[in-house]
Amino acid sequence: MVLFVNLTPRYEQMHICRGIIVDTPEPVGYLCPMIRVENLVKTYGRIVACNNVSCRLEEKKVTVILGGSGSGKSTLLRQVTGLEKPDSGSVFFDGMDLTCATKKALYEKRKKMGMLFQGSALFNYLTIFENIAFPLREHTKIADNVIKNIVTMKLEMVGLRGTEHLMPSQLSGGMMKRVGLARAIVMDPKVIFYDEPTSGLDPISTGVIGKLIKDLNTKLGITSVVVSHDIASSFKIADNIIILYYGDIIAQGTVAQIQNSTDERVVQFVTGAPEGPISFTRTDASYIDALLTDNDKTTGKML
Amino acid sequence: MQFDIKTTEKKNTALVQVQGEVDMYSSPSLRDTLARLFKNNITAVVVDLTNVSFMDSSGIATLVEGLQWSKKQKRHFILAGLGDTVYNALSLTKLDNVFTIHENVHQAFEAVTKKNMKES
Repeated sequence: MVLFVNLTPRYEQMHICRGIIVDTPEPVGYLCPMIRVENLVKTYGRIVACNNVSCRLEEKKVTVILGGSGSGKSTLLRQVTGLEKPDSGSVFFDGMDLTCATKKALYEKRKKMGMLFQGSALFNYLTIFENIAFPLREHTKIADNVIKNIVTMKLEMVGLRGTEHLMPSQLSGGMMKRVGLARAIVMDPKVIFYDEPTSGLDPISTGVIGKLIKDLNTKLGITSVVVSHDIASSFKIADNIIILYYGDIIAQGTVAQIQNSTDERVVQFVTGAPEGPISFTRTDASYIDALLTDNDKTTGKML
Repeated sequence: MQFDIKTTEKKNTALVQVQGEVDMYSSPSLRDTLARLFKNNITAVVVDLTNVSFMDSSGIATLVEGLQWSKKQKRHFILAGLGDTVYNALSLTKLDNVFTIHENVHQAFEAVTKKNMKES
């Protein structure tokens, strides 16, 4: 069943959720999006983490979501993967609106997703081998010998072959991240979400992981969504870049478009300049007021 | 293209013709086929991947298991007709130099004949 009310603009097309998937055709000239985010709003108390965000994450491309700490990058990722429900808005993944999908439908869609969490999220009571093998044992009926071969292949890809028998507590933070990546790719997902894949890694590991993300994309056509604040690595691996600033998208485009942007906020973020339109402080309340007046009155509005 | 496997035997060499997508759901069939062949009295297994449109890690891992069986039993295990998709999956897992790979089935059979002659 295909319903649409007009051809453009894309974000105004009609969709129906709760079980009925409506796949609206792409206007001529558009690349096919694997994921489409429409008017997404997510707040935590007074903090607006996603402020009416709309974006398209294209199939078989690497999209890097950049932004400072607390800009809403990880929040956006959690909404896009269906780990959290937004206050309003839609997230279309592979033709289905995840924000109103049933648990079963979401579970099926998640088989197509791999996720590298910021804190690796390994099971601390399982060996490295069993951590990586876990999705295969959970979702498939593959023979043990084949699982062993797959785990060995994935550990080789992240440079950690030989650690199979170790427990997560015996690894460094960087090594745990690489194990998390091996687990994220063990099911050969169509799309992989990486939350800060290179933070805390040494320069060589950073280079290896960056190359692996790019290789998975170019050689196997895996769609990649990378949340990062590492500008240099992002420019190396990205096809498209989205920059978030306190819940708003302030720029999106190709690497060249971002590098050539004249938007002062983008320039400040890309160059890492301490002075500029992007404020370092998280509140609009006066610093002096905060020091000199009653605490209850000076919390200010969170930016 | 729907997943399918056909096997034929000629001069003690088994030819396994695979078509379609080899993934987590179809690779157990490939494994069963290879396991059955290695129980037979053959000298070589040639796996024709010409019509394989996609192969995931479970497919590659199954081929690795076939290679393991062939080493144990001192038999030849040859891959033929790899398209870009399968070749990329092999190269990403650094296995492109581990397997004996021929451009097509004809070349693979010629190589097996030469090896058999040398060994006899």
